[in-house]
Amino acid sequence: MLTLNINGRPHPVEAEAVTPLLYVLRDEIGLNGAKFGCGLGQCGACTVLLDDRPVLSCITPIAVTQGRQITTLEGLGGIDNPGPVQRAFIAEQAAQCGFCIAGMIMRAEGLLRRNSQPSDKEIRTHMSANLCRCGTHMRILAAVRRAARAERSARVDAPPSQDARR
Amino acid sequence: MRLRRALLGVLSVVLLGAVGFIFFSRQPALPAMQPPSAAGFDRALVAKGAELALIGNCNVCHTKQDGAPYAGARPLKTPFGTIYATNITPDADTGIGSWSETAFVRAMREGVRRDGAHLYPAFPYDHFTKASVDDLRALYAFLMTREPVRAETPNNELPFPWSERALIAGWKLLYFKAGELKPDPTLSAELNRGAYLVEGLAHCGACHTPRNRLGAEANDRYLGGGEIDGWHAPALNAASPAPVPWTSEQLFRYLRNGFVPPHGVAAGPMLPVANNLGTVTEQDVKAIAAYIGAMLGPVTASRRHAAGTSMAQATPRPPSPDAGAPGSADGAVIYAGACALCHEPTGQAFSAHGIPLTSSKVVAMPDARNLTHVILEGIDPPKASPAALMPGFGAAFTDRQIAALMAYLRGTFSDQPAWSGLEDTVREARQSAREP
Repeated sequence: MLTLNINGRPHPVEAEAVTPLLYVLRDEIGLNGAKFGCGLGQCGACTVLLDDRPVLSCITPIAVTQGRQITTLEGLGGIDNPGPVQRAFIAEQAAQCGFCIAGMIMRAEGLLRRNSQPSDKEIRTHMSANLCRCGTHMRILAAVRRAARAERSARVDAPPSQDARR
Repeated sequence: MRLRRALLGVLSVVLLGAVGFIFFSRQPALPAMQPPSAAGFDRALVAKGAELALIGNCNVCHTKQDGAPYAGARPLKTPFGTIYATNITPDADTGIGSWSETAFVRAMREGVRRDGAHLYPAFPYDHFTKASVDDLRALYAFLMTREPVRAETPNNELPFPWSERALIAGWKLLYFKAGELKPDPTLSAELNRGAYLVEGLAHCGACHTPRNRLGAEANDRYLGGGEIDGWHAPALNAASPAPVPWTSEQLFRYLRNGFVPPHGVAAGPMLPVANNLGTVTEQDVKAIAAYIGAMLGPVTASRRHAAGTSMAQATPRPPSPDAGAPGSADGAVIYAGACALCHEPTGQAFSAHGIPLTSSKVVAMPDARNLTHVILEGIDPPKASPAALMPGFGAAFTDRQIAALMAYLRGTFSDQPAWSGLEDTVREARQSAREP
């Protein structure tokens, strides 16, 4: 039996070592933030963080996650306490159908954890691995910029209402 | 032994320098001129020059990352130090705007700057010297009609003695043979055209031929496999490591589209080459493919048989049930969980299908670096290719996991001997990918 360290908590799982992380998150642990998009590592809807870096959980066997930290969308905050990147996505109303947004938020989180002041080009290059079929790219980019700005200014988590009005 | 080698090295450098100085450490400077007006060039000549510039991949070295085309400043790492590609836009002060056509042709054919100083052979004039004057004039017309960009070229980072350009005079005495490549009357027109492009402007050998200790191409191992930017440039002669022998038709499609099954995708330093060749006259790409095809040798029954055997032997083995023991992330498990979905033949066509790894170039190469890069960085396929995107696994896998995966792939999908020092290879590739 393998144990996954997800959002700071150990989770013993029944699944075999070759099982993609996404299936274990959704089917065994019930963390449904990461989405099944293509299942082939092409779209990014399943993005989670592994040791603070974005990975495609649909093609990441759980064997490689042993002893490493997994962060999912749920680890950033929930409906009552959204994290800074989630608040920025809400404030910019970046979702249309919303299917890609969980992955977009996680990829953006991965960028901001390593580079809190990315240039516009760095944001675009970094986010290009994730696809959005609705075409909300401009709002997604605005949300990532807003999250970076929020991080820069004071680095104090402002309440979401203020953030939305800004 | 090492001391003798070092002494010999020093001695040869001193000798080269002395000989160079005495004979021709500098060529005469050619007069500077006002940049010619773009309107003065014949448009057909400019168009021809544009094609030749793409075949010659001028843009690849003479454009830095995110920089203006042809404005230079791209660092070229050599075993001797870093050389910066120059600005070849027609800016009078920082580019070649003040160069006459005579000065340009001399630089291409003799490796001499307008001011008379020798150029480092990182600028492959050992190939460009084979181009015809007509073609060089067309290239000149193309470059002089580009947008002039004011951009200083950074100083080269070459330690003494390599910082002394006079040494290049000695190097040229030893290794440089000036002169246009004349057609071989015994060959077809297509093969002659291919030879002219491959050996001349396209300078394939600059990467695909191994170099000696003084950085000259080893002529006795022409196209025998070299290296560039931390990638192996595989042999394009009888020593080709390709598990499936290439045909000229496959080479053509590979160079044209950047992808041909079952061989795979043009990646790494070959990607911009394929992007360039995707836009030039088809006949020239066919000629290049025909000539390289001739260098590789005919696809004989025995070569096909050998490839067939290696593929038959390399029938993928399913991961053993023990492989999934707690805490283990061995190569078989990683392959089954991450790679098999796209790379295992399923009989079904779908958009993300990869090539079967039994025919993969990078799994069968003598050098492990290319497979390392592909796993770490993935493959962003060339513009003209229908190939699928392969995501990189650099964030998902640790160095040790990638090394285990590579050992598994090598053992399962090729009949080549195991690679050694894989974890170091992965670590070095990660470092080089982080550098600009």
